[in-house]
Amino acid sequence: MSQPETAHCLKPAGIAIAATTPAWRQARGEFADDMASLIDLANPTRFMRFSAALLPWLAGVSAMLLVLGFYLAWFVAPPDYQQGETIRIMFVHVPAAWLAMMFYAMMAVSALGTLVWRHPLADVAQKAAAPIGACFALVCLVTGAFWGKPMWGTYWVWDARLTSVLVLFLIYLGIIALWRVLDEPSRAGRAVAILTLVGFVNVPIIKFSVDWWNTLHQPASVFRMGGSTIDGSMLWPLLVLALGFTLFALTLHMAAMRAEIMRRRVRTLTILEAERLDRLAAQAGSIPA
Amino acid sequence: MSGMIQSLGPHAGFILASYGAVAVILAGLTLSIVRDHRAQKRALAALEQRGAGRRRPGGGAP
Repeated sequence: MSQPETAHCLKPAGIAIAATTPAWRQARGEFADDMASLIDLANPTRFMRFSAALLPWLAGVSAMLLVLGFYLAWFVAPPDYQQGETIRIMFVHVPAAWLAMMFYAMMAVSALGTLVWRHPLADVAQKAAAPIGACFALVCLVTGAFWGKPMWGTYWVWDARLTSVLVLFLIYLGIIALWRVLDEPSRAGRAVAILTLVGFVNVPIIKFSVDWWNTLHQPASVFRMGGSTIDGSMLWPLLVLALGFTLFALTLHMAAMRAEIMRRRVRTLTILEAERLDRLAAQAGSIPA
Repeated sequence: MSGMIQSLGPHAGFILASYGAVAVILAGLTLSIVRDHRAQKRALAALEQRGAGRRRPGGGAP
């Protein structure tokens, strides 16, 4: 059986991707064909081209949704009968909490992509997602504290939900630190992927903490069996803002991935340039004067 | 403006502080990503202009 031919795209970036030949596809059948198409779509060069075209649109739509969402949250949504005007904090707190968990879940999927499939974009996606997820976790903690003081009488309590979100934030910081400590991207990618997967155990703990323990934090009120308990006049602004923040976060993620791909190209080109200069110096040294 | 703040009731400070924190954190994040993107683009352009990574004509892989 002949070996599948591979073509290494984007070699200077140090990110090699195997583009399969028709012979390989015939041998492996339809499933392999579909997988190969997916891999082709996600190669870094195509990603750079695709993201350059998509990024302005994504940014524009997210900006429009955020403007609409903030208008609905501030001028249309009524004050809550119990929380009063502090309900306005929920419109940023809740999407931030969702996004902090969503980005961690995305990182866990990317970690699998790094460890199992060694996908060339997986660790790029993972590295780009960490600071964004950390910022949304921080937004969630800070806005939660500002809501907690007038409503609970305290900025912080060592409640299961609050503590598990704080742990999530600390895991994000650990992941960012690990990326910075290890210089070689593929080695760092594997180490971070393992840490990310270990840390993923915290995500269901956050989600179900309000059910498993007796917490001060209220249980789920939007996505729950039996439907949302929030009135439509407050639910719609929340959902519009959640969608706006999600698209905004994805815009940032795409831009950060582009920066990371370019950083790796810069690193590889710098190494290649240094090697070329070394060779030239060695050749000059071997020529007798 | 002061009328709007007054309409937020006794907890206006907490509400405005929350939105202020959101603005500062997300603006900082956006700025850092945009600056990083621009810096990498500049560095890449400079390297490509110097011909870094180009193989020598007739030479093997670097």
